[in-house]
Amino acid sequence: MTGPKSIISTLQRHGALWPLVALGLIWLVIIIVNPGFFAFTIQDGRVFGGVIDIFNRGAPVALIAIGMSLVIATGGIDLSVGAVMAIAGAVAANLIVGTDLPAPLIILAGLGAGLAAGLLNGTLVAGFGIQPIVATLILLVAGRGVAQLLNDGQIITFQNEAFAFVGVGTLLGLPMPVWLVLFVLAAMLLITRRTALGLFVEAVGANASASHYAGVPVRAIKLTVYAIAGLCAALAGLVATADIQGADANNVGLWIELDAILAVVIGGTSLMGGRYSLVLAVVGALIIQSLNTAVVLSGIPPKFNLVIKSAVIVAVLMLQSPVAQAQLASLRRRFTA
Amino acid sequence: MKQLITLIVSAIAIAGCGSGSSEGGADDQLTVGFSQVGSESGWRTSFTQAVQAEARDRGIDLKFSDAQQKQENQIRAVRSFIAQGVDAIVIAPVVETGWKPVLTEAKRAGIPVVIVDRNMALEDDSLYLTRVASDFVEEGRKAGRWLMEETGGDCDIVELQGTVGATAAIDRMTGFNEVIANYPDAEIVMTQTADFTRARGKEIMETFLRAMDPADICAVWAHNDEMALGAVIAMKEAGIDPGDDILVVSVDAVPDIFKAMADGDTNATVELSPHMGGPAFDAIEAHLRGESVEKLISVNGDLFTQETAAEEYQKRTAG
Repeated sequence: MTGPKSIISTLQRHGALWPLVALGLIWLVIIIVNPGFFAFTIQDGRVFGGVIDIFNRGAPVALIAIGMSLVIATGGIDLSVGAVMAIAGAVAANLIVGTDLPAPLIILAGLGAGLAAGLLNGTLVAGFGIQPIVATLILLVAGRGVAQLLNDGQIITFQNEAFAFVGVGTLLGLPMPVWLVLFVLAAMLLITRRTALGLFVEAVGANASASHYAGVPVRAIKLTVYAIAGLCAALAGLVATADIQGADANNVGLWIELDAILAVVIGGTSLMGGRYSLVLAVVGALIIQSLNTAVVLSGIPPKFNLVIKSAVIVAVLMLQSPVAQAQLASLRRRFTA
Repeated sequence: MKQLITLIVSAIAIAGCGSGSSEGGADDQLTVGFSQVGSESGWRTSFTQAVQAEARDRGIDLKFSDAQQKQENQIRAVRSFIAQGVDAIVIAPVVETGWKPVLTEAKRAGIPVVIVDRNMALEDDSLYLTRVASDFVEEGRKAGRWLMEETGGDCDIVELQGTVGATAAIDRMTGFNEVIANYPDAEIVMTQTADFTRARGKEIMETFLRAMDPADICAVWAHNDEMALGAVIAMKEAGIDPGDDILVVSVDAVPDIFKAMADGDTNATVELSPHMGGPAFDAIEAHLRGESVEKLISVNGDLFTQETAAEEYQKRTAG
């Protein structure tokens, strides 16, 4: 029983149908406005093509969305991810310019900064019981300031091929950011499925006090998810910084927390917590990036960009809403009956 | 947070007072308060430094206040300048609206105000002495004229626009389009906003290169240097030689673009002049001598090409 119908119903059971339909429709629009966009070519051992561009460009949002999914699943939220990107980028750029450290150590230092930021968020939320939106708002505001301070208000540019590889390198024909997303996704799936972490995360999000009484280490789980979100954001920051070989503390990751939250929501994760899908969060990030690309390719004047983006996203979210789903189900019943 | 800012601002004000009185004695020394937007870009920093250098050269006691992109900080700074009884106030406003009350206070105190860089929306032009600003339209024209001369008026251009709605983006586009309208073979084939940032400049350029045959693109016209630098990275990654295969022209003249020009990666930039301090102080001095001052003083920057790039880069990074 693996006919098209059963595939559709499997996808539907996992909430994956509508995000994939939306992604497919956006790609269809892209093919209509620019038929050559998805053509694959291989040049200097690197595969070029529209799909790869979208994956590559969507990588920072996808990376952050993976971490954000876990945070949201515990009923929290992390607004500081964009600022953490800026800090990680600033730390890396300053180390490259100011020291002779090898690239791997610089990458570790950047990730370390993100981990520290995540632990700070986690401590405020889990240790002091501050509401997540407030706790991470502190770093949203102050974090970018820290990055600007590190950069002395300038854009720090650098020449370091080993570090730039994180953003522009090619491995087995694919851009490095794409591999990083796949690697982080696989690692997180493994950690959440093969250990109890995934179950605990959902339990904390569904009912924190019940979980506590059932013996789930609620505080440790919350601390862990914010730390993971910080690490993911730092990795995204390193990718973005390596991409332009410069740390632009004012602009890197600006408003990306909103795109990441949106990606998670488009993927069907509830902001109330207790239910999440890492794979669909990445699909959500691809939807957002595909929309960006479609708008650029369509040649519509830039002042319409945001309006078009929001109209499409409203449509996607409405299709996924329980009300619309119930309507669709009753329509289907009428047709099949 | 607010209290902290108040504390910092008043600390700056007090520090300003202190240094003023310690230099003391020279009663004829001009004291000018300068409220700057912040230090959000390389250009803004050179602007601040240019004003400070100009004040030093003229022996003006400049009280500097960094508003960190917040109008409330600027208003507080202006009030503290008034309380200190400065001779004049220079404001580089963050936003256009909401200035009437505080400027009225300055007017009552008899302190002339000069607006520099961005504009203020004021119906009553007696509230300020003069405005010193760059002519963005002329910058666009200069970029357009250079490109048309370089290509003989035959060029398919891709445009990287600044932030949607920003005066600099709208006016530079207007000036550029005005020039190329005279050349039937010159055309903007693709255009998109890249928000004045390097990262978006790279991303949009990548998409342009994917959407059309790079061999059909004659030039990139970017509303600022940062986006041009992003586009350069995108072209290099696609195996295109920027500056040769595709010409690059932009506006601002930040130090990094001179390095790129010296390396042959971009071709020309129009300077967004950071030297607005001179004309502002000229106007203040003229006003205090009792002369009348024009309500708008335009500052025009020059166009720089690869020929002088290496020299300019050294000059601009040394100081």
